[in-house]
Amino acid sequence: MALSRLSSRSNTFLKPAITALHSPIRRHVSTDTSPITIETAVPFTSHLCESPSRSVETSSEEILAFFRDMARMRRMEIAADSLYKAKLIRGFCHLYDGQEALAVGMEAAITKKDAIITSYRDHCTFIGRGGKLVDAFSELMGRKTGCSHGKGGSMHFYKKDASFYGGHGIVGAQIPLGCGLAFAQKYNKDEAVTFTMYGDGAANQGQLFEALNIAALWDLPAILVCENNHYGMGTATWRSAKSPAYFKRGDYVPGLKVDGMDALAVKQACKFAKEHALKNGPIILEMDTYRYHGHSMSDPGSTYRTRDEISGVRQVRDPIERVRKLLLSHDIATEKELKDMEKEIRKEVDDAVAQAKESPVPDSSELFTNMYVKDCGVESFGADRKDLKVTLP
Amino acid sequence: MSSIIHGAGAATALSTFNPVDSKKLVSPSRTNLSVRSQRYIVAGSDASKKKKSFGSGLRVGHSQKLIANAAVATKEADTSASTGHELLLFEALQEGLEEEMDRDANVCVMGEDVGHYGGSYKVTKGLADKFGDLRVLDTPICENAFTGMGIGAAMTGLRPVIEGMNMGFLLLAFNQISNNCGMLHYTSGGQFTIPVVIRGPGGVGRQLGAEHSQRLESYFQSIPGIQMVACSTPYNAKGLMKAAIRSENPVILFEHVLLYNLKEKIPDEEYICNLEEAEMVRPGEHITILTYSRMRYHVMQAAKTLVNKGYDPEVIDIRSLKPFDLHTIGNSVKKTHRVLIVEECMRTGGIGASLTAAINENFHDYLDAPVVCLSSQDVPTPYAGTLEEWTVVQPAQIVTAVEQLCQ
Repeated sequence: MALSRLSSRSNTFLKPAITALHSPIRRHVSTDTSPITIETAVPFTSHLCESPSRSVETSSEEILAFFRDMARMRRMEIAADSLYKAKLIRGFCHLYDGQEALAVGMEAAITKKDAIITSYRDHCTFIGRGGKLVDAFSELMGRKTGCSHGKGGSMHFYKKDASFYGGHGIVGAQIPLGCGLAFAQKYNKDEAVTFTMYGDGAANQGQLFEALNIAALWDLPAILVCENNHYGMGTATWRSAKSPAYFKRGDYVPGLKVDGMDALAVKQACKFAKEHALKNGPIILEMDTYRYHGHSMSDPGSTYRTRDEISGVRQVRDPIERVRKLLLSHDIATEKELKDMEKEIRKEVDDAVAQAKESPVPDSSELFTNMYVKDCGVESFGADRKDLKVTLP
Repeated sequence: MSSIIHGAGAATALSTFNPVDSKKLVSPSRTNLSVRSQRYIVAGSDASKKKKSFGSGLRVGHSQKLIANAAVATKEADTSASTGHELLLFEALQEGLEEEMDRDANVCVMGEDVGHYGGSYKVTKGLADKFGDLRVLDTPICENAFTGMGIGAAMTGLRPVIEGMNMGFLLLAFNQISNNCGMLHYTSGGQFTIPVVIRGPGGVGRQLGAEHSQRLESYFQSIPGIQMVACSTPYNAKGLMKAAIRSENPVILFEHVLLYNLKEKIPDEEYICNLEEAEMVRPGEHITILTYSRMRYHVMQAAKTLVNKGYDPEVIDIRSLKPFDLHTIGNSVKKTHRVLIVEECMRTGGIGASLTAAINENFHDYLDAPVVCLSSQDVPTPYAGTLEEWTVVQPAQIVTAVEQLCQ
């Protein structure tokens, strides 16, 4: 039975109609996988394809997992903020808070065989793919135990065993890479898809359209996800794009516009997109989302938008609050349980930060490792590239 | 004319100066290359051919026996005139590419007009018919995107060979080559390897105009994480192609527009050249001349004149542009004490500039005279034939420079 989603403006909780399989005893429901169907608040808008249904199949366990993962990601980003201000994180640090629903919703719809590649705003995507908090913080602080051994930094998180291909600093350059990943999946007949994520700023890059053309021409299983947080650094979308309907800009490629602050809508869209891409080739998903922080830690985020706008979105559309209300209204957890969960997560994050702070920095010899495979390229190999013949001065 | 000594060993001084081979080697004189330029224009007629048509010397799947020490075996192949088959340089590249595609299903080719058209310089001719459209991909004209695609595919384990129709077009893909191709192995802490080969013709041709006569090796040489090699003979073209494909590192293979029709006899057996080693073209005592790609032939032409005048130049084709084979070069400098670099890059910021710095830093004590570097002029290559001749180094200038150095 479809349960209507709460309008987030009103604070009244509707007493939910309980499905036949759903047990009313609260303590058990955190591992309850019995299906619940929830309607998304905002309908999907489509271009050249049919919209997926607004009724999303989920379960208590999944919604609770959403809450936990998003809370963890939120805490991680806030901790990164403090570490940056304490000068333990240097350089560029692009935070994802506000956009967590994207990372968790996508993960819920796909497997680890499907590939994800994204831009420099990659901390939460890394965690979503199974990355550990301590690896993330170590990398941010430039320690040896970081996920890239301290050599990448905030913009270069990768996790090969979970098919997470990073982590790229140049705007839009990951889009052709993503189509290459999709090409390899098609070449190897993997039956998997690639989610290539980029922002509204990158949506104006020529290489996006080049790659889209190739992907459509060769029927590659590529899903291009535009994370439209409405600002390309300091420039709003209406000032940078003649046509801000990013899901339509693929022209001959179908597109879908999704409420990116609703983890369930994201999950539904990604599931739909995966099915579509495996059969029909590329599709564009435009995720309507928002970031609370500025573009990066060097950007206060308030010179091009008002604080009222930021707090308005936080009150009305915050992804974690949305899920919290869902959990409460469906009696999946109590206020206190959720607060305890958040406290636990806060402790988990603090422990990870402390552990990362203790980790060693890379040795100076690490400067030259991983330049070339078998390192440093001043070695001359024999025929068939196997025996080392001589080391050049 | 020059004799190509197929030695790959760094320390061995190969002394065979075999006049028989010299007849086989076609020098890039104007008459020969008018054929090439015609092919360039009239190539449309080839597109209609649907059946496989390989070059004269191409053996498909001929003896694949790998000789245990193939690097040494090539010396023997050189002296025996009976074994081996003769082919042109572009056919040698094709042979190498085809053998590697047969050997490893992960090798694929992508580029403009490489498939059905057969490649604008015929390097990929016939491969699309044999391997299909998924392994020999005709891309639209978007260097940035298809180079990026090749690199993304390489991150998962495929081994793409990306062709730039002219190396100059790869300037559009500079971001992908520099940031993603060169740096991903490092910034991911070693998680991803990028075993791509980026290849294409470059260099000054016959009045192709400024934008189609660029020498990209000087722009790419600073990118950390890549290897660069330049082929100059059919023998090393095939060998370097194969080695580049087998290498786990990203390799940029520089071919030259004017060298595609060089004819040479190469061994029937499978062989590979070392990516990081220089080639001893002509051993000598008086002066070390370092060169690569097309300038090798200008140097060898000058060498003829120099020998007649009583000089004994040692000519080394450096082949490996990044990293330099300082082992071979160093041994030579220690012997002759004088160095002349002849290159096609421009004076400013070219391969010669870096090589001069490297030799001065490492072998300063062994030099009796300053290192002299002859390069092209710092101008866009003009269209007029006479002007174009003056932009690149000519044999007469090489002779003069040697005479001055050896005083």
